[in-house]
Amino acid sequence: MHDRDHAHRRAHDHEGSHLDDVELRVRALETLLTEKGYVDPAALDVFIETYETKIGPRNGAKVVARAWTDPSYRARLLDDATAAVAEFGFTRRRGEHLVAVENTPEIHNMVVCTLCSCYPWPMLGLPPVWYKSPPYRSRAVIEPRGVLAEFGVTLPETTKIRVWDSTAEIRYLVVPMQPAGTEGWDTDRLVDLVTRDSMIGTGLPKSPGAAA
Amino acid sequence: MNGPHDLGGAQGFGPVAPEPEEPVFHADWERRAFALTLAMGGTGTWTLDMARQARERIPPADYLSSTYYEIWLKGLERLLVEKGLATAEELASGTSRRAPVALTRKATADKVPAALARGGPTEREPSAPALFNVGDSVRARVMNPTGHTRLPRYVRGRGGRVSALRGVHVFPDASAAGRGEDPHWLYSVAFDAAEVWGPEGRSGDEILIDLWEPYLERA
Repeated sequence: MHDRDHAHRRAHDHEGSHLDDVELRVRALETLLTEKGYVDPAALDVFIETYETKIGPRNGAKVVARAWTDPSYRARLLDDATAAVAEFGFTRRRGEHLVAVENTPEIHNMVVCTLCSCYPWPMLGLPPVWYKSPPYRSRAVIEPRGVLAEFGVTLPETTKIRVWDSTAEIRYLVVPMQPAGTEGWDTDRLVDLVTRDSMIGTGLPKSPGAAA
Repeated sequence: MNGPHDLGGAQGFGPVAPEPEEPVFHADWERRAFALTLAMGGTGTWTLDMARQARERIPPADYLSSTYYEIWLKGLERLLVEKGLATAEELASGTSRRAPVALTRKATADKVPAALARGGPTEREPSAPALFNVGDSVRARVMNPTGHTRLPRYVRGRGGRVSALRGVHVFPDASAAGRGEDPHWLYSVAFDAAEVWGPEGRSGDEILIDLWEPYLERA
């Protein structure tokens, strides 16, 4: 998208009304930084297009589906996820050092960043608002079961929870358990079962009936 | 610093509110604020840790009442002024009134894909052996630095166990303060929920936090 189009659409959307303060502030900022030669507006469009249309949870889903169907890949992923996902050729920014953690009947993993919003961009895209907001950041570590219940996830009493607080540049990807009834499925079918939330650990994969 | 960003264990923020079919951005200005932040980060004028610290220094009431990309915007404006790239008057008017500062790099459209593909790894070659091994009992130090740190308040003074060594990484406390990379060993440390939260934590549940060696002492 071209910046001129943005400006035109914004002006049109707000015809006859006041532009929001924040919108004006960002527009002034972009104008200033462009005028000073600090930023290239075309580069801004590339950043936006990349994260809005090219990188999203489908990347992580492909990795998980392959781990479910290929035991040697699963082993490589759990041993060195950075190298294992490099086989797919994904962009690395904000996923330079990746660790995959596997859910089992005994252990359920979930990921948070209590200090900001660290998230495995190359695997899942940009994080949803709830992930970056105070309710999740504050509560995931102190009452993970309460948070999971709000996502509709109730774990067996005997399952222990590991909450990974991403305080450094290590990014965590949860490998959820493969849903029962999908044995023998190929990766193309399995990939549709792997939800974003199941790779954060706040959800479970879809059941086979829900995938159609 | 013990700022408004350090939210782990805080109470009263209400339920988590997922949005069905959530778009990547909720307004066009969010797209532009996001891209401006990445583009200016790409100039190398400040480190990732300086950018985080700029957001953390937003006054608490302002931080907590701002949306996510408003926090990014306020952090970026703060850095531009502090690093001498723009004045507050220029930001308000959107008009340049002083000559630009010469930057070492600029993110141009042709270079962006390669830069994103490369990322910015923070792992460095070790210059000393790791002080701790997997299984060691450690304690997060009690400290309250006024500068940037990635040691969350809720775990300070608590005992845990080294779960993994993550290599030697750029130390945020130094990087944010302009003291260079000062790389240190990084560990994943597992804390039992009951050790951290007392009766409100369920023993056996764990919180795993990535902590640099200077944050830890032997328990």
